[in-house]
Amino acid sequence: MAYTELVKNFNRIRDYMREFYVYGFKSRDEFTRKSARSYDDERRRLESWLGDYMQFRHTPEGKQVFLSVDSRTSSHNPLYKAWKTKSFTDGDITLHFILLDVMSTSERAMSIKEITKKVDEYLSVFTQPRLFDESTVRKKLKEYASEGIFITEKRGKTLYYKKSEDEDFYSTDILDFFSEVSPCGVIGSFLLDQMDRHKDYFVFKHHYITGAIDSEIVCRLFQAMHEKRNIMMKSTNRHKNHISENQAIPLQILISVQSGRQHLMAYMPKFKRISAFRIDNIVSVEFGEVCSHFNILRERLKDMRPHMWGVSTQSRLSQRIEYVEFTVRYEDNEQHIHHRLEREKRCGTVKKIDDNTSLFTAEIYDSSELIPWIRTFICRITDIRFSNSTLEAQFKYDIKKMYTLYGLEGGEAS
Amino acid sequence: MIFSELYSAYYNTVAKILKTAIEHPIEERGLRKIIEEHAFGESILNIDPCLAKGKWQLLKPDGTTIIKNVPTMPTTTIQKQWMKAISLDKRIQLFQYKPMELKNVEPLFTPEDYDIFDQYSDGDNYTDGTYIKNFRLVLDAIKNQYPLSIDTYNHKGKTIHMDILPKHLEYSEKEDKFRMFGHGQHFVRTVNLGRIINCERSADNHSIQSCYKIPPRNRRVVFELVDERNALERVLLHFAHFEKQAEKIEGCRYKITINYDKDDETELVIRILSFGPMIKITAPEHFVNLIKERLIKQMSCGL
Repeated sequence: MAYTELVKNFNRIRDYMREFYVYGFKSRDEFTRKSARSYDDERRRLESWLGDYMQFRHTPEGKQVFLSVDSRTSSHNPLYKAWKTKSFTDGDITLHFILLDVMSTSERAMSIKEITKKVDEYLSVFTQPRLFDESTVRKKLKEYASEGIFITEKRGKTLYYKKSEDEDFYSTDILDFFSEVSPCGVIGSFLLDQMDRHKDYFVFKHHYITGAIDSEIVCRLFQAMHEKRNIMMKSTNRHKNHISENQAIPLQILISVQSGRQHLMAYMPKFKRISAFRIDNIVSVEFGEVCSHFNILRERLKDMRPHMWGVSTQSRLSQRIEYVEFTVRYEDNEQHIHHRLEREKRCGTVKKIDDNTSLFTAEIYDSSELIPWIRTFICRITDIRFSNSTLEAQFKYDIKKMYTLYGLEGGEAS
Repeated sequence: MIFSELYSAYYNTVAKILKTAIEHPIEERGLRKIIEEHAFGESILNIDPCLAKGKWQLLKPDGTTIIKNVPTMPTTTIQKQWMKAISLDKRIQLFQYKPMELKNVEPLFTPEDYDIFDQYSDGDNYTDGTYIKNFRLVLDAIKNQYPLSIDTYNHKGKTIHMDILPKHLEYSEKEDKFRMFGHGQHFVRTVNLGRIINCERSADNHSIQSCYKIPPRNRRVVFELVDERNALERVLLHFAHFEKQAEKIEGCRYKITINYDKDDETELVIRILSFGPMIKITAPEHFVNLIKERLIKQMSCGL
């Protein structure tokens, strides 16, 4: 099939965007999962959509393509552009504008017969007018009714259609802000596209834009939660490169603003437990039956949260709960360190031992999740204890390894 | 469905072309200009011929259109649901807005459906009346470019006064705080909105007009990474919001380059430390020393 700039299936481009944006070090030959032609097409598409952000580097392994975005300098998530690339037929676009115009002109609801006749009238000015039969028009009207663009009313056996009333949008300020910070913000971006160009007044720091490419999955998960439904989800295991299928009851989405990751917390009937699933690994979500005990399960997750640092719900040693504590020391002019502990802790408690020492303690499902945070206090950790002794040994070993790495402790830098 | 042609750049671009063609016959140059502004790099190769050759029977050969009304698409159900969802967010109170009715519309999500679990707990107070008043004044001053006279606490907790011509608002999702960036009398100033004591329109903008811009203080750090314990993915995702480059050196070793602003250096040091021995800073020397200083201090803690 000839190359086009638009795409039918988002999942394929989703993978490439992640590769180019998050990783960006693979050469053409390393994209082994797809054909060379497929790689060339997807790279060309991304270049067309996101040309300003695409960069290239020549290495002995070949040309490497990557996306580099300083999200602090950008008021709008550039990855949203990918959601505006759905392919369509010549008939789709022609019918779209004519139908909207026909429905805008008439204040009363019209039958399919009347609408089809009007469409013919519009096209009759062309020397070789395109013809749309009633079934094609009916299909499009039905599709637009399900999207909420048209509303239907039944009179006898006949269905009549009219355009939905135009709603006011929120202001551009509100849409500019929430389209960047709210889940499924791409929908706000669609609304902005319908408005006139305007100046941007907001910029965003610590702004992870990668989640944008998972918007459709997040949206489906919200819809399933709203309807309290079971789902069948397919997800990939990137390391094993295979797709698994699981039945689950989605309960909540946990979003990290320190890693950009989004996880689904879901009850797995097969294992009778609540587990976390990375949303960027989920490839499809199919709705199942309504779950009668959704509220109980969500309440159970709520009760678990005080023992969850991140998204993990179980100890790596199969203990019910793990314990962790560490002490930090600071100077008189470093009182903000205590404040840092207070504001950054997600669970557990912080206690001031004296004017220059604070103690953090927590009972937690998986204390390994705390390690990156504890390491941010390197230079002032005076004591640390984990009930998981393997983890404690690993933590201390890693600190020593860092000394060696930088040639400290009399060692040479490696 | 989010991935739908209804929201596509092509449909939006054609809507803009038709709007122009309703006003006056559209010429080739005008049509191309709209495509360049609103669609993608290669869109001109598709949209222009499809309209011109009548594959999409919407434009007549004389540049007028068969469409009679300016194309507008009613808000779709999912757009309404999303707007309903953001109406439940407490931050919407910051803006002056007329609540939308959105009758019989279910929100796409509610605050119970998701949680940002690692946001700092001392974020700005969006329900505080004074904060809301200040936010609105700052936003108005940015839009209409007038200076503000501000009393605020600095980071040491001391009260300071400044006149500032605000340029933009920056929001940090991690800190859940707004900062205002603007021109002060002599240099670029930053004000945390949550620290403002008093904020009003300044009568005197003479001194601010004479200010000069300080260029951004761009810095670069280079580190090597060993891909153990899934470090490569974790690191690249963690630093994804910076302008960066990743290169494979050999085996499971990678070289990562990150561009950052000097103001964020301490934060970057801390974030790099969080990856432990998976990351080794290789350049610049100054950054290597920042890490070493912390490690030397840690050695003295007797752990």
